[in-house]
Amino acid sequence: MGFVYDRLLGGKNGAIGMAILAALILLILPMMLDLFRLNLVGKYLTYAFAAVSLVLLWGYGGILSLGQGVFFGLGGYCMAMFLKLEASDPESTKIQSTPGIPDFMDWNQLTQLPWFWEPFNSFGFTVLAVLLVPAVFAFIIGYSMFKRRVGGVYFAIITQIIALILTVLIVGQQGYTGGINGITDLKTLHGWDIREDSAKYILYFVNAILLFSVILLSRFILTSKFGRLLLAMKDKEDRVRFSGYDVSNFKIFVFCISAIISAIGGAMFTLQVGFMSPSFVGIVPSIEMVIFAAVGGRMSLIGVVYGTLLVNYGKTIFSETFPELWLYLMGALFIAVVMYFPNGLAGIWDKHGGKLFGFIQNMKYIGVVRSMLDKKRLVKAEVSGE
Amino acid sequence: MGEYTAQELLSIFAMQGFSGLSLFSVLLLMALGLAIIFGQMGVINMAHGEFMAVGAYTTYLISVLSEEYFPGFVEYYFIFAIALSFLVAGALGYLAELALIRHLYKRPLDTLLATWGLSLIMQQGFRSIFGAREVSPTLPDWLMGSYQPIESIDIPINGMFVLGLTTFVTLAVFYLMFKSSWGLRVRATTQNRVMSGAVGINTKKVDRLTFALGCGIAGIAGAAFTTIASTGPTTGSLYIVDTFMVVVFGGAASLYGTIASAFSIAQAQSILEFFISGSMAKVFTLLAIVIFLMLRPEGLFASKVRK
Repeated sequence: MGFVYDRLLGGKNGAIGMAILAALILLILPMMLDLFRLNLVGKYLTYAFAAVSLVLLWGYGGILSLGQGVFFGLGGYCMAMFLKLEASDPESTKIQSTPGIPDFMDWNQLTQLPWFWEPFNSFGFTVLAVLLVPAVFAFIIGYSMFKRRVGGVYFAIITQIIALILTVLIVGQQGYTGGINGITDLKTLHGWDIREDSAKYILYFVNAILLFSVILLSRFILTSKFGRLLLAMKDKEDRVRFSGYDVSNFKIFVFCISAIISAIGGAMFTLQVGFMSPSFVGIVPSIEMVIFAAVGGRMSLIGVVYGTLLVNYGKTIFSETFPELWLYLMGALFIAVVMYFPNGLAGIWDKHGGKLFGFIQNMKYIGVVRSMLDKKRLVKAEVSGE
Repeated sequence: MGEYTAQELLSIFAMQGFSGLSLFSVLLLMALGLAIIFGQMGVINMAHGEFMAVGAYTTYLISVLSEEYFPGFVEYYFIFAIALSFLVAGALGYLAELALIRHLYKRPLDTLLATWGLSLIMQQGFRSIFGAREVSPTLPDWLMGSYQPIESIDIPINGMFVLGLTTFVTLAVFYLMFKSSWGLRVRATTQNRVMSGAVGINTKKVDRLTFALGCGIAGIAGAAFTTIASTGPTTGSLYIVDTFMVVVFGGAASLYGTIASAFSIAQAQSILEFFISGSMAKVFTLLAIVIFLMLRPEGLFASKVRK
């Protein structure tokens, strides 16, 4: 019991925060919003996976990756490839010159399914691929960089170049990837229509529960000895190294974990939104994910979920009503967060949240005192006969 | 390559090589500014592309104004526009340093985020002022046309002009950094900030002017850019990653490295572009650079700066 309470929920404050977030996501939002808006929230929550992964990697590990969109995209594309193959069975693609292959391949004069698409006919393989492809990719990048003690700014720039490479590759290789349009027209998962209303509700809750599992897992990692080492490495890397720890292995590990977490978000994105395209892979989405984490508070697993929801909600509202203002606001928000609130929303809450509660209690107290005073005055008035 | 004759192959290499040189010029102009800001000061300026766009829009504005009010001036406005681009972008950079960057020197990763915010604001600013459509200035006649040394080779004059401009700016930067007393102060501050302060260098002023100079050079890059392509609100962001790559590949603190890396990246890309599709040429170039950087993180020319 103590294990669950301290290690997974994060003590009293963590448990309260988790309960409030769970109530919001699992109860309040589904009751208040119509399906269209709820589906949007579900989409935002898939970004929250990437934001949570950045808490591990950036907040605690001090490693800023500008390539989380790569892993988000890899997860999303793996899922999309499976769904696309299911949607393009020979029956529904019989008007194509080569039936049975995805429509964009047919448009690009491919006559045969490429070899790397073949395994995605199996759902088991796809689930494994969603988790393993990003992990292996992250391992290769992490191994070659952290073993050579490349970190900080260089790491950020190189991950950004990798994000650019992947985008250019996907856009350029239309026949294999669907190009700039991405992989669209996804219909069913094992014959279960993911476009139906009931499916959208179910996917929303599956997504939310996965997100909470990921947060619990991350909390477990961060409260372990590994989490403390991570924090120590962020502050004094050399000292940890001199104490006999192999710093690079820890960094590679946390990079791989964060890649897997982002990839789960990507796969859920594909399922809920019904397509995947390069615009969710490249440099801009990757930096936006960092924005979500920064606004929510890079050290807070729960804060980043609020950060993601808030920024995306703002983006939707503002781009609907004042599209011109939105970029100014986003830019100003970003500068303000970096300069004045480095710990984001969570930092503001830690600093002023307690006072707010105190304030409410003071209000009550003041009210009680005032009513007592009023009574006294009444009594006095009666006595003096006014 | 059997289908090409030797003469054709020579022409292809000459022309692709020259288009590589044009790309090299713009990349180098962009990268010089960034090499000063990132290499010397350690600030990751994600808004660098937008400072380039400031230069490009300034050139466009001067072109429109001179066409409107001083038609006789159209032939010569371009020289004037280059100088003004430098001043406008430099002044904006000075303000940005004053308001934003100087608070973040101790947190390099946060400068990345803050300048990204700045770049969003600037992009929207361009969109509000100049509209979302791409614009290009009217080029004076002497920049048009091309030079034909032999029949099958066609070398555009604007490309040669940009190349000349780049050479001039590069020489000027080298003179400033390595021969002037100001450059000495910049290099001293880079190597040991505390000691530089102790011997009486006003390091804050040095920082501010260095940043402004870097942004000003980006402005010149923007002016040069208008002769090659048209400018839109997001033009700057298209080049920012390439520019960072040039600086990192060359070795962050080395200006020679920046030149060498801009040259090799531009040439590799434009020669590959002829034989395989443009996007694959880009992928191969980028991939080669990432692999190179993984093997040799310090870049082409490592400088001996103590950490």
